[in-house]
Amino acid sequence: MTDLSLLYEAILKGKSKSAVEITNLALADGAEPKMLIDEYMIKAMGEVGRRFENQEIFVPELLMAGRAMKASLNILQPIMKSSGEKTSIGKIVIGTVKGDLHDIGKNLVASMLEGCGFEVIDIGIDMDSDKFVESVREHNADVLGLSALLTTTMPYMKTVIDAFADAGLRDKVKIIVGGAPVSAGFAAEIGADGYSDTANSAVTTVKELLGIK
Amino acid sequence: MNYTELAYGSLDDFLYGKCPKPVKCKNGMIIGGGEIYPEVNFTLPPMKATQETLHEAKSIYKEMIDGVLKKAYELHASGLVVEFETLPQYTENPEWGIEIHKILREAMWNFEAKNGLKSVIRMTPNDMREMSRPPIMRGGKYWDAMVKIFSQTAKDGADLLAIESTGGKEVNDEALMNADLRTCIFALGCLAPRDMKWLWTNLVKIADENGSIPAGDSACGFANTAMVLAEQGFIPKVFASVIRAMSVARALVAVECGARGPGKDCAYENVYLKAITGTPASLEGKTAACAHFSPIGNISAAVADLWSNESVQHVKLLSGFAPVVSTEQLIYDCRLMNIAANKGHAKTMRDWLVESDCYLDPQAYILRPDVAFEISGEVVKTQSPFLRTVNVARITLDILQRAADKKELTLPEREIKWIDNMKEQLDEIPEDEQQFIDEMKAEVDGGKYLPFEYGI
Repeated sequence: MTDLSLLYEAILKGKSKSAVEITNLALADGAEPKMLIDEYMIKAMGEVGRRFENQEIFVPELLMAGRAMKASLNILQPIMKSSGEKTSIGKIVIGTVKGDLHDIGKNLVASMLEGCGFEVIDIGIDMDSDKFVESVREHNADVLGLSALLTTTMPYMKTVIDAFADAGLRDKVKIIVGGAPVSAGFAAEIGADGYSDTANSAVTTVKELLGIK
Repeated sequence: MNYTELAYGSLDDFLYGKCPKPVKCKNGMIIGGGEIYPEVNFTLPPMKATQETLHEAKSIYKEMIDGVLKKAYELHASGLVVEFETLPQYTENPEWGIEIHKILREAMWNFEAKNGLKSVIRMTPNDMREMSRPPIMRGGKYWDAMVKIFSQTAKDGADLLAIESTGGKEVNDEALMNADLRTCIFALGCLAPRDMKWLWTNLVKIADENGSIPAGDSACGFANTAMVLAEQGFIPKVFASVIRAMSVARALVAVECGARGPGKDCAYENVYLKAITGTPASLEGKTAACAHFSPIGNISAAVADLWSNESVQHVKLLSGFAPVVSTEQLIYDCRLMNIAANKGHAKTMRDWLVESDCYLDPQAYILRPDVAFEISGEVVKTQSPFLRTVNVARITLDILQRAADKKELTLPEREIKWIDNMKEQLDEIPEDEQQFIDEMKAEVDGGKYLPFEYGI
């Protein structure tokens, strides 16, 4: 039998090749995909998150772990889908608002959410409200993430939120905002459901909004 | 112009407020001629930048410039540089940026005529080319908008032309988050210098045709992004330090094409650029905390010729509006440094600014004047921007390792291991640039950038 603790270790150390090899061996041994994810992979990512929070590792190590997780998920998800199982813990559309080209922070949030088991649809930069509404509707997303780095583009976040109200979708999606000039007060003022000032806390905020422990 | 040696014979001459190639502006103000001047930048408070708000924006800019000039005059500033760094919307719609520039320029001319305060305006449009994904670097509507705003504001009297150009950034962004030195070298050492050569050849032509000074560029989107990511604990500080030093090869291309300085304020690579070319440098540090934090608040002033606040929003503080507050802070910083220099203590002041920061963070350590000479000396050993970038990465890692070994720098274990990691990454890079480009063209996602836009 495959030593499944090696899957945990492979993800923890960001070794994609090993993670894929062990996943395939485990499946050949008859392991359940959901068990591999819940008992080993998500726990490994939890430990990676803890180490990052404690300033023991940097984002590159965290992203490597996320890539190893994704490599394994690419094998497991098609099997789960074919048997009708849920393949992610939530679906998120994310983008930078109209007039703003900045995307490093947004990309980081997207990567961290993916690494924690969310399905992320990144629609890019300079996005108008119609694109956000269209994308959330198309993907039936649980959460929308809006990013802005400029004082002159952050007001557009309210335009996007208002567009969801106009489209009758406001109650169907949680909206979080972030970016250097954005504050918790501003988020509350424009009617966002959540705000976070770091990529890591964005994951916590999304989990809280969706009631995920 | 090829640089094969440093502009300085002695470290003792590498000081703030003066440089071997000072820049004389149209009104006679000399930057780098013996005095450090404040450079003030300001921006709108939270509001949309649209056609509908343009009228309001114009009145806010007028209010900001009037307040800044009045404060500078009241505090007996002997000169002032004002930077108008446009919002993306004001470059994309160049006529809006042109109108605001005119308001600032005319207010400065009028104030100088009335009160004698010499002031100079730096015009910094955005590099809009990255609005296209992948970026279109050498044509298209965004490039046309940039040319229009540069040309017209130069015609309208902009003294200095500057930019934070983004060639190669589309590849560098993700590499930064992954601390992927190899890809950063491709972006900063292969793509960026090619774009800089094309861009600055054009900008120098625009400046020359319209009587402006082609001033400088900033690797803001590369090295400052790295610094901010490091500040947040996302990437190693030693990695951000190496990216900073590497950006000098890119920066040097602008001067080789005819840029004369003063370099752009947020370009901390200006320290190396000044050592190599002797052109004046604008820099920012503690008095730019209104815009961003940094671990180099004092040391960044050590060889500055202009001292900047980076940018401040027009918001009301207890004493007054933030741009006016910022102006006062910059003027007092400059006053102290100028009086020290006038009394013959510029070197002592420089060394205090250096020592107060340099042992506390690797990003500060690599800005030490002696270290800047060591890094700059490595740059001028070759003329290839690619080899300059690789060699600077290597020597910066050696310098940081040496500093850690000598206990001059205290680096946590998680930082130290990245020095070794980066050395290993460097060992995998071939000496032949074409071979490296071929390898990277196969490795880098082709959807991110257009190789032909860089001539590769």
